[in-house]
Amino acid sequence: MKRDPIYGIMAEFDSAQALVDAAHATHQAGYRKIDAYSPFPIEGLAEEIGFHHDEVPLVVLIGGIIGGLSGYLMQYWMSAVDYPLNIGGKPYHSWPAFIIITFEMTILFAGISAVFGMLALNGLPMPYHPVFNVPRFALASKDRFFLIVFSSDPKYDAAGTRSFLQGLDPRSISEVPS
Amino acid sequence: MSEQYKSSTNLERAPVIEPGHTFGTVTEKISAIVLTRPATNGWFVGFGIAFMLTMMMLFAIGYLVLKGIGIWGVTIPVGWGFAIVNFVWWIGIGHAGTLISAILLLLRQSWRNSINRFAEAMTLFAVACAGVFPLIHVGRPWLAYWLFPLPNSMGVWPQFRSPLMWDVFAVSTYATISALFWFIGLIPDLATLRDRTEHPALKIIYGMLSFGWRGSARHWHRYETAYLLLAGLATPLVLSVHTVVSFDFAVGVVPGWHTTIFPPYFVAGAIYSGFAMVLMLAIPIRKIYGLEDFITERHLQNSAKVMLATGLIVGYGYMIEAFMGWYGGDRYDAFTLWNRLHGPYAIPYWMLLICNLFIPQVLWIRKLRSSPAALFVISGVILVGMWLERFIIVVVSLQRDFLTSSWGMYYPTRWDWMTYIGTIGMFLAAMFLFVRLLPMISIFEMRTLLPEAEVKE
Repeated sequence: MKRDPIYGIMAEFDSAQALVDAAHATHQAGYRKIDAYSPFPIEGLAEEIGFHHDEVPLVVLIGGIIGGLSGYLMQYWMSAVDYPLNIGGKPYHSWPAFIIITFEMTILFAGISAVFGMLALNGLPMPYHPVFNVPRFALASKDRFFLIVFSSDPKYDAAGTRSFLQGLDPRSISEVPS
Repeated sequence: MSEQYKSSTNLERAPVIEPGHTFGTVTEKISAIVLTRPATNGWFVGFGIAFMLTMMMLFAIGYLVLKGIGIWGVTIPVGWGFAIVNFVWWIGIGHAGTLISAILLLLRQSWRNSINRFAEAMTLFAVACAGVFPLIHVGRPWLAYWLFPLPNSMGVWPQFRSPLMWDVFAVSTYATISALFWFIGLIPDLATLRDRTEHPALKIIYGMLSFGWRGSARHWHRYETAYLLLAGLATPLVLSVHTVVSFDFAVGVVPGWHTTIFPPYFVAGAIYSGFAMVLMLAIPIRKIYGLEDFITERHLQNSAKVMLATGLIVGYGYMIEAFMGWYGGDRYDAFTLWNRLHGPYAIPYWMLLICNLFIPQVLWIRKLRSSPAALFVISGVILVGMWLERFIIVVVSLQRDFLTSSWGMYYPTRWDWMTYIGTIGMFLAAMFLFVRLLPMISIFEMRTLLPEAEVKE
């Protein structure tokens, strides 16, 4: 019978502080393909596991620029080019009156980019993920903190990684089947 | 004397969460309301009444579509009537939700974490109620999509120099951003419900709604960035929305509308009525669901202080309006002031001053600021007062403008009242469903308030 390959080894911790310390030690030990899971955002944890490039602000900036430009150009084209209509003698291209919709469109596009950009960069929606195979992982959305070393890490070896994680004094250790 | 001083000082520094809670108890307590608490008879009665009022609204709207706007009290000169009064009132109520979730987040007011979720839900439902009115007020609701710049066989486009068009964009952007903000706030909590529930169908539903959230540190990092940026975007947005609503009036030449104080005074009034609605919802909810540990006296007091401050800004607006009417030298503005004070709608105007300006001054008394019953009553008074304010602005300005030959009166009909009261029912029915189906307090943000959440580098 073919044995399922292992997705990674997961250690469970009791507190946010223990997880941050463990993540720091694991990254120091040379592991790079690791991840940490917590029931709430912990400041500095992402940096400890080597995550430094957050692209969300750039996505939002681009979304906002596209929204603002399309808002303004839409009004210009509709009012001055495609359907010029004399309203109380105002110029066709009455830019001050166009500012408000330009502003609203900037916010709309930037906001939509923030939400959908964040989801896309996170690879969500993803209803199934191997970490959910560990029964204790259900506590990651309540009060437990988890650290995983993926089996794709170059330094990974089943026994060595396990004993390394054991040295971090976790509450429990489990293998994550993929 | 010193004993009394000490106890009132303690009252002032009431904690955001009562001591003794852990990550586990916070999670259990909030998710249990959704997952294990049985629905009581009280809930069914309350929801039933709200649902019947919603049906009454749908009946009134159905009859309106059948017969036309003539069933309402609107006529010339008062063409705006209840529909616009209620629209402005509802959209203003929504503003407190965004203020709590976005502006207080940027100001690092962490006490907001326990009330932001249901305040955001309140925003969504209030904006939905507000959206009903302009839609049915256009007269032919089935053509309301003409408001949007959609290509059409007539070859025409909307007229972007009109504040009414600005309003379409401002309100629809506001509704979209509020819904997105509310939803991404829910994602981690939906994951908690997915992991807590025993029911296989609920597990799938909550699992799908949570998008498979697993709380990875990389995900949290991007999540927090997006949340913060969204708060930064929602802050100018919410200020712009009531500003644009006030342009609907201020850009017109009608005396009583044509003033530059309108934008700030409308925004302050919006937050004023919104916090009153937050308190009217929070006070019974915390009592019924036993959430006094999370929605503490601190929240009630802070909300009361916000109401006091915005109420004074609104009072300043009334004062400047009156002063400009008297001092400005425009005889029509002066007459509008006289007409408010002594005209046919003088009673609503004086009631407005009593409800919005005089009664809320009792909030200076600390004892009343920390009494839920008193705050509940005062909030109700403020909501009535803010509704009257919009009535005065819309109706009294229109009924007597420049030409005496075009003066007239406005009397709402039963259909006006049925639609208005019906939207209150719709709002409450949505709130009743919300508290049973979704976590009404943000669980993950409550966890960050606990001392155990702090980490040293």
